[in-house]
Amino acid sequence: MTVGLILVSHSRELAQGLAAVAGQMAPSVTIATAGGLEDGSIGTSFELITTAIEKADSGDGAILLYDLGSGYLTAETAVEFLEPEQAERVVIVDAPFVLGAVSAAIAAHVGGDLRSVIAGALDARSADGPGGLRAVPE
Amino acid sequence: MSCDTAGTVAAIRAVASTVAEHRVELTHLDRDIGDGDHGENLARGFTAVVSKLDGLDESTAIPGDVLKLVATTLISTVGGAAGPLFGTAFLRAATSVGKAETLDAAAVVTALTAARDGVVARGKAESGDKTMVDALTPAVTAAKEAAGDGADVGKVLAAAADAATAGAAATTPLQARKGRASYLGERSKGHPDPGATSTGYLLQALAAAANG
Repeated sequence: MTVGLILVSHSRELAQGLAAVAGQMAPSVTIATAGGLEDGSIGTSFELITTAIEKADSGDGAILLYDLGSGYLTAETAVEFLEPEQAERVVIVDAPFVLGAVSAAIAAHVGGDLRSVIAGALDARSADGPGGLRAVPE
Repeated sequence: MSCDTAGTVAAIRAVASTVAEHRVELTHLDRDIGDGDHGENLARGFTAVVSKLDGLDESTAIPGDVLKLVATTLISTVGGAAGPLFGTAFLRAATSVGKAETLDAAAVVTALTAARDGVVARGKAESGDKTMVDALTPAVTAAKEAAGDGADVGKVLAAAADAATAGAAATTPLQARKGRASYLGERSKGHPDPGATSTGYLLQALAAAANG
């Protein structure tokens, strides 16, 4: 059992591409995607997000990352509609979408609990975190 | 005059017609300062709402049921930020009217207030951010005033609609601080906010239905 990841993007391809990248170093982690609308057009879908949450949360919890603000609104609404017990362990994390997903997936793969996986995603924004951001000039 | 289930259904159908009528215009507004899908998204949502209403048994439903059905359908089908925002507005309105079988002026004011508060909670926007809050907050204020003066449901909604329309127009010179338009910075000035505009249309349709 591991913490899962939900990637919410306005684009199906963006979500799937990121899942492939993040999954490379985290083969044991369920990375569920909710990209675009049901018909493949651009947007975020409450139904797809809800389905992805069910897939990613095996009981140990899951974190949800999103690409743009309206993805956050739809994700937050989807989490509110979950049973309270599940809503507590599905955490929306405001982290860089790509770096955060890679970092969180690895934290989950090495057996991190929900708190460590959240920290993994958040660490991606720090200059000292993984991802080589230290090289960015002042 | 108060509004029963049939009246609520008729008002929502009127909203759907208005959204369909303004679909292209709303999308054009959203193309100026957004992602160019607001009209299409809302039209898709309200088309789904109408087909759900077609399957509703009005003899057993109460107004709150109608509002909740609108909420969940919009959340599921709109596909942009407007889905959770309008959906939350209708959901909070549904909760606020509870088990009432008819909605009087006071219930409409309570529902509008709950809807506005829900949108603020969901979107974290404040007045002046160039969002639908700039239509909703003046609408709530006007509705309260009208109800305080003894207005009926139709007059309360008319006052709310006119205030929302004026509020939407007043977003034109503002710089967007929320949503996709905020990335445009200064360049978001000079265009009305699409969400405030559609909020105005929605309330005008509700008012027209209540007064029709």
